[in-house]
Amino acid sequence: MSATGDAPAPREAGAETPAPKGADAESSVPAEAGGTHGTRGGAGFAVPLLETRECGKTFGGVIALREVSMQVRAGEVTCVLGDNGAGKSTLIKILSGVHPPDSGVYLVDGAPAAFTSPRDALDRGIATVYQDLAMIPLMSVWRNFFLGSEPSLGRGPLRRFDVARAKRTVRRELHSMGIDIRDVDQPVGTLSGGERQSVAIARAVHFGARVLILDEPTSALGVKQAGVVLRYIAQARDRGLGVVFITHNPHHAYPIGDRFLLLNRGASMGEYGKADITRQELTSLMAGGAELEQLAHELSRDEPPGGPKRTL
Amino acid sequence: MTVADERLAGTGLARRLLIRPELGAVVGAIVVFAFFAGQSETFRSIDGVANWLDPASTLGIMAVAIALLMIGGEFDLSAGVLTGSTGLIMVILSTRYGLSVWTAMLVALVVALLVGFLNGMIVVRTKLPSFIVTLGTFLMLQGVNLGVTKALTGTVQVSGLRRAEGYDQARALLAGTFSLGGTDFRVAILWWLGITALATWVLMRTRPGNWIFAVGGDERAARAVGVPADRTKIALFMTTAVAAWLVGSILALRFTSVQANAGLGQEFVYIIAAVIGGCLLTGGYGSAVGASIGALIFGMADKGIVFLGWDADWFKFFLGAMLLLATLANRLVRRYAEEVRH
Repeated sequence: MSATGDAPAPREAGAETPAPKGADAESSVPAEAGGTHGTRGGAGFAVPLLETRECGKTFGGVIALREVSMQVRAGEVTCVLGDNGAGKSTLIKILSGVHPPDSGVYLVDGAPAAFTSPRDALDRGIATVYQDLAMIPLMSVWRNFFLGSEPSLGRGPLRRFDVARAKRTVRRELHSMGIDIRDVDQPVGTLSGGERQSVAIARAVHFGARVLILDEPTSALGVKQAGVVLRYIAQARDRGLGVVFITHNPHHAYPIGDRFLLLNRGASMGEYGKADITRQELTSLMAGGAELEQLAHELSRDEPPGGPKRTL
Repeated sequence: MTVADERLAGTGLARRLLIRPELGAVVGAIVVFAFFAGQSETFRSIDGVANWLDPASTLGIMAVAIALLMIGGEFDLSAGVLTGSTGLIMVILSTRYGLSVWTAMLVALVVALLVGFLNGMIVVRTKLPSFIVTLGTFLMLQGVNLGVTKALTGTVQVSGLRRAEGYDQARALLAGTFSLGGTDFRVAILWWLGITALATWVLMRTRPGNWIFAVGGDERAARAVGVPADRTKIALFMTTAVAAWLVGSILALRFTSVQANAGLGQEFVYIIAAVIGGCLLTGGYGSAVGASIGALIFGMADKGIVFLGWDADWFKFFLGAMLLLATLANRLVRRYAEEVRH
């Protein structure tokens, strides 16, 4: 999204931030989506690994996601930013094959995807690392690494888990990603949060992922641990993977992202190339930015100008 | 790179031993053996060993199957009564309907597999706790066992298996004896050892073994990486049912008759043996060897109390005390194993 059409978009969005959310955010969507489409052709020659065009998802009467367009390209990091309830999880679930979109199209390698399960997406090289369900704490690192895709030896009833190869491979893979783990026999529960995420990323890379979807990999981590994880994300990117990095922290997203999709209340606030947006703009655009201004405003006076009882 | 990290040098053998789930059971077995062997000449003689290995064997077969199921994160309270059901089916069919022992066993196996499948199916479909689901099957089977036996015989037991066709071969295979050093041992001991070895191999060295640990450890995480969690769980319930069938057949062939309430109350003994063997009640951790050693402790206590001339009622007290001690020991071991090392 480096083309000219996007340049005014951040300002536009910025201009509307003081206004209360709701109808305005909604009205900005078609414009944003249109802008995204206009620039798509110019952004690169390769077909994006993943692309959503105005994807939407409804659960019963709740519109979880509407008209979200985004792209994931090889060797790039696409950051998806948004506050709780912004639709990040719904978007991940569409991308990783848990739910099909109700409207719009989801393209993988330029062709419409028809995933019926996460397994289908995985078979196409789309691996998802969830924040909470990445690893099984009581199992060793090597058992976790190969869980669901264990290498086998022998045939028929004597088919068995090739333990020696599994351990060897895990040591090699972790080492090549620069992940420093003392003992692959130790239970994953004894690893730190950052180490766990790193092992999960190494696992996805090893199993031939072309696209890595990372669900808030840094949100539960301290500053140092988050830095470790960001470094592995960069490693994966440098290996030519397309990375979808979901986060609510613009300070984690900005240094590593190549493009930024901002979500608010299930709708896209625009997809920006790195050249089109500054860290400050990203921070203030992030859900909460507008509210924070409003909040600061409210807190500084005795009588807030707008509805004083408005819940944030 | 195949060389372990140099920082591992300090951890050593002691830690590796301590984080084994079987450790508590091994220590317990040594203590119990020393206790009884120290006071009873018979207990430590070779005939005594053959004597206390006998109850340990049938209990051990069940404890191993239950251990696998518990590592997979589920319980089966119907397993004890199912040993009675399969025995009853076998004896009734071969004594009253003229089937050979082998055919009757085959029918009993099919019924057992069906019960296991239903248990598993209901658990994975409804997501109800297996404790409740199998408590339901447990009560239903108990009712059927009594109802059918009474309706057919007018009493609460069926007998006369000795006269059925194929009894001698079946007995030799499942309930016979083999000689070792001039002492007769029950052939069930060999089944027990074989099943323990097989279960250990499956757990530690096969893909389904990895899946069992995974579905018990964190089912959602396991599913997310493509582990067939439902199939694994159903297979575990069916494995338990097959073990119950095997034990039911062994006991029926040995005694040639089956009480309608056979196996009742045993379900908790299996679970206790598995817990003493290091299985966590929450799943995801444990061992087949540990469960076998847990069964061994029970075998020793069961007979040891008799050898010492004590009232057999004390066995229950012993059962409870062992369970408490084992659970406490397991908790410590687990905490030590999981302790973050940096």
